Formats: sequence, C-alpha cells, structure tokens
Amino acid sequence: MGFLTAEEKGLVNGLWGKVNVDEVGGEALGRLLVVYPWTQRFFQSFGDLSSADAIMGNSKVKAHGKKVLNSFSDGLKNIDDLKGAFAKLSELHCDKLHVDPENFRLLGNVLVCVLAHHFGHEFNPQVQAAFQKVVAGVANALAHKYH
Amino acid sequence: MSLTKAEKAIILSMWGKISTQADAIGTQALERLFASYPQTKTYFPHFDLRPGSAHLRTHGAKVAAALGDAVRSIDNIAGALSKLSEMHAYVLRVDPVNFKLLSHCLLVTVASHFPADFTADAHTAWDKFLSIVSCVLTEKYR
Repeated sequence: MGFLTAEEKGLVNGLWGKVNVDEVGGEALGRLLVVYPWTQRFFQSFGDLSSADAIMGNSKVKAHGKKVLNSFSDGLKNIDDLKGAFAKLSELHCDKLHVDPENFRLLGNVLVCVLAHHFGHEFNPQVQAAFQKVVAGVANALAHKYH
Repeated sequence: MSLTKAEKAIILSMWGKISTQADAIGTQALERLFASYPQTKTYFPHFDLRPGSAHLRTHGAKVAAALGDAVRSIDNIAGALSKLSEMHAYVLRVDPVNFKLLSHCLLVTVASHFPADFTADAHTAWDKFLSIVSCVLTEKYR
C-alpha cells in the first residue's frame, strides 16, 4: 500500500475534482490569518489585515492563497512521493522564508475546515480522515528538508 | 486568551441552532475523531465505536451536554466544568494532545452543518471557545 489506500485515493480525488482551487486557496489562507493572527507575521507586506473582512477581501491574500493551493494540488498528483514532490519548496520555506513547520499543520487543518464548510455532509468522517492523512503528509514533506 | 463580547455573542447565537441537533453534532464529532485519529480509540476499549452504535450516541450526547453547560456559563467556563475538569485530571487522564484533536473535529462538524453561520469570525470564536474548554479540562492535571 502506498501513502493512501486505493479507497482513500478515490475519496480524495473524488472530492478534489470538485474544488475551485483558486477560491478555496484564498479562503483557506484568509481564515488562517483571521483565526491564528500570529501567522500574519509572514505577510507584513500584504496591506490591510486589520479585520476579518479586510483579510478575506484582501487581493494579495487571495492571490497568495491561490498560489499555495495550486502547489498543494500539484503535490496531490504525486501522492505516493510527497517528500520528493515538495523537496524544493521545503528548502525554500526553511532557508528563505523561515517558516515554522507548525504553520503547515495549522493551514492543513484550516483547509479541512474550509472543505467541510463547502461540502457539508459530503465531507463525511471517511473523507475527512483521508484528507487529514493528506494534509499531514504535505506538512511533513514541507518540513522534511529543514535543518 | 479570552473571548471578546462579539465572540461570546456569536457562540450564544450559534448554540441556539446547534442545540437543536446537539446530540448528533457531538456524536458525529466523535465519529470524525475516531476515523481521523484512530489512536484516540485507545481511551474507549470498553465501547462499541462503530458508527451508529448506542455507545457513540450516548457519549456524543454527553460531550454536547458539557459544551452546552460551558456555553450557558460562558463567563465562567471554569466554574461550569469544574467537576468535569477533576474527572479528566484524576480519573480519565486523557493526554492533553487529544483535546486539540476533538476540538478540531467539533469545528469540522459545526462547519459542515452550519455553512451560512460558519464565517471566518465564527470560526475564530469557536476555535477560541474550544481552546478555552480544553484548557479548563486539563488545568488540574498537575
């Protein structure tokens, strides 16, 4: 068995196919900055982050969220080798961006909340469990090259 | 960390809706917990944890009732949950890491059931509230 069972792959790909990656990316990054305001430390140049409305409507937040989630989406295509898929990004986040890997775990869980919000009952316990594995795998892959 | 007036208002207003399905919400949160984090099942070797089981429904209802108590005494959650706090410290001794896991699953359950209400501000309010409840339940551990 690879990282996910065949059934889990089915559940993840089945749902992900319906996700508007650009929109969900902006939503997830926005909620990260609202719910865990200390994460704003990485985005001092993003302009107005003074309220939930300001953050959720901020065009830089949306653009960056889109970038992040498209990268996550690409990673999903290499689900059995997430470490390989995210090796370069891992180095970047450590050496240039200096991001504590805990933030990857926070964003992963916010993404799960956003998916639950969008898909409601379709995001059932089994689908959630598969996605929890995915976000944990991506977070670990992004932390893998840290030194 | 404490709740602002606005956050308390959000929690109270959403609880009005949640309470009509409180048992189902509590039960589903537990189902999500056991599916996503199978290690949490180690605290329930004596339970039938299959989805739909009577054990799950009874325990889910208990969890929901405790949250209801906390909401109704939102200005004194420590007071409202004092007995439960002692039980977790001296009897249940659930490792503190697990409160984050259940809190996350409760958040996911609320998000999936109340899409119109689960705004970014509501997400924050609930995350903080559950954090406070978790703190209260572990504050007598040592």
